[in-house]
Amino acid sequence: MARKIPKIAVYKFASCDGCQLSIVDLEDELLEIGQRFEIAYFMEVTRAVKKGPYDVGLVEGSISTPHDVELIKSIRKDCKKLVAIGACATAGGIQALRNWASVEEFSKYVYAKPEYIQTLEKSSPISEYVQVDLELRGCPVNKYQLLEVLSALLAGRKPNTPTYSVCMECKRKGNVCVTVAKGIPCLGPVVQAGCGALCPTYSRGCYGCFGPMESPNVKSLASKFIELGMDKKDIVLMFREFTGWSKEFREVDRLIEE
Amino acid sequence: MSSQQKTYFALDAEMFGNIIDVLKDLGYTVYGPTERDGAIVYDVLDSAEQIARGLYDEQSPGRYKLVKKNDKRYFGYVVGPQSPKYVLYPPQHLLFKVRKDGKTFIPQSDGKKIAIVGLRPCDLKAIEILDNVLLKGPYKESVYEALRKDAVFIAVNCVEPGNNCFCTSMNTGPFAQSGYDICITEFLTDRSHVFILDVMTNRGAEVVNRLGCRNATAEELDAVSRLMEEAKNKVRKRLNTENLKDDLYKNIEHPNWNEVGNRCLACGNCTLVCPTCFCSSVFDKSSLSMDVAERWGLWDSCFSIDYSYIHGGSIRQSIMSRYRQWLMHKLATWVDQFGTFGCVGCGRCITWCPVGIDITEEANRVRG
Repeated sequence: MARKIPKIAVYKFASCDGCQLSIVDLEDELLEIGQRFEIAYFMEVTRAVKKGPYDVGLVEGSISTPHDVELIKSIRKDCKKLVAIGACATAGGIQALRNWASVEEFSKYVYAKPEYIQTLEKSSPISEYVQVDLELRGCPVNKYQLLEVLSALLAGRKPNTPTYSVCMECKRKGNVCVTVAKGIPCLGPVVQAGCGALCPTYSRGCYGCFGPMESPNVKSLASKFIELGMDKKDIVLMFREFTGWSKEFREVDRLIEE
Repeated sequence: MSSQQKTYFALDAEMFGNIIDVLKDLGYTVYGPTERDGAIVYDVLDSAEQIARGLYDEQSPGRYKLVKKNDKRYFGYVVGPQSPKYVLYPPQHLLFKVRKDGKTFIPQSDGKKIAIVGLRPCDLKAIEILDNVLLKGPYKESVYEALRKDAVFIAVNCVEPGNNCFCTSMNTGPFAQSGYDICITEFLTDRSHVFILDVMTNRGAEVVNRLGCRNATAEELDAVSRLMEEAKNKVRKRLNTENLKDDLYKNIEHPNWNEVGNRCLACGNCTLVCPTCFCSSVFDKSSLSMDVAERWGLWDSCFSIDYSYIHGGSIRQSIMSRYRQWLMHKLATWVDQFGTFGCVGCGRCITWCPVGIDITEEANRVRG
């Protein structure tokens, strides 16, 4: 019995294309993916486009313009399953830094004719506008998590994408904790696993590109950073990077003052 | 070492490195303490050169620091972030592989024989506890069993206990009582540097015979006894275990649980560094080609929400309830379940907790 080949669509909103490149970066598996899936819409890779509906849509980028809002709604209608991939699509991305400032003022400085610019007040994750079936975190996403999602989709099983802390992966790897042994501030305890504890493996603190884990205790970790000698201002900036607009990290300034 | 009927051997410290070669010659893969990224970890040792020397550790809640001293001492530090479970019950292990043609492949032990050098008395006790949990029930943990079966343990008595050690409270140290093949006491003075070897098993004797040891002198044994007395008094941290289980059961609603729940990160570090925490989950991997699937075991933690997921959701939503579950298991419910405490007083959970939560302090607060 011939198995029906699932149709894949890959979309991009406000983003750097890095997550789409992570798909292309699956070099060893790319041919197999091409055989098992029909790449129906993937502008980063090919101009050939097949009409929807699609079995699965992978969406990179954040929603930042009125045009994006309309587009994501129509994409949602076209895709049976919608997977938001990367920090932009799941938390608003680095461009969500503008959410704490005035877009209007920025536009004045950046564009000669700001009146031509149509943009939203805020850069938002996909889930702010449409129902998302699964979120893959990271800046960029981890290619093995992408592969896991695609394999699970074929097998009709739930993908194994844990929501606990980076520390779990870090300790399993046998890494020495950078915070305890070297006093390096690391967001690992409050950040979701999935990267394989990439930064701590190279003796750097986690900077949180996978966003908040399932039950992040931001306040307690911030207290630890104060104890390590960090300024409150720097702690806020540390949380406000790629996933700063995520619900749990957004209010770090208020949590520190509590 | 008070018993003088046994024969104790002495080995010049400069000859100690030979133990690695002897073990390798006997076909063992040798794990031992080595310095990596500012801590002492267990890695595979190819030569004695890799064994940490002249290093001392400073440990306090949430802090670990290695200090280099100008001496040749081998074991100036106590336990690092890894426990022997890294070696004997690997964090991620293949359970089986199934092919589409119906053939199932169950990995068999490759016959790898493991030797661990530098195990501390608390860790020996932890292995005894893991044996009890993983091998004594109706179902044996085959991965652990295969690695554990022929393993040789070269233990080291702790003459310089650390600040987070509370082994005397848990009756697990600072000296090994059982569970080792050879137990070493390092004896370093201005004039001499020797290892006194206590041999427990035939496998241990086989190693000692090849090392070329002499018998330890009466003076050396006296000196070792004095070291032991001193070391006992150097273990400062205490946990009163009398009525501990009942006290904890009585205080299941104590307000301190909420207080520690506010500080706990639920990151899971304490459970992964714990030498007795044995929880693991299984997950399946399927390939894109859909012709092979694998089932893997993976260290899990009661601090994750998924861990307590049952029909309808997770039963331990709050961090407080997860911390309480963990501490209660270590110091109370473990006793009912397995007949001993699930804690050996190694202090790893205290040192490697990023926010320095101290199990002894929390237990004391709760029993109030």
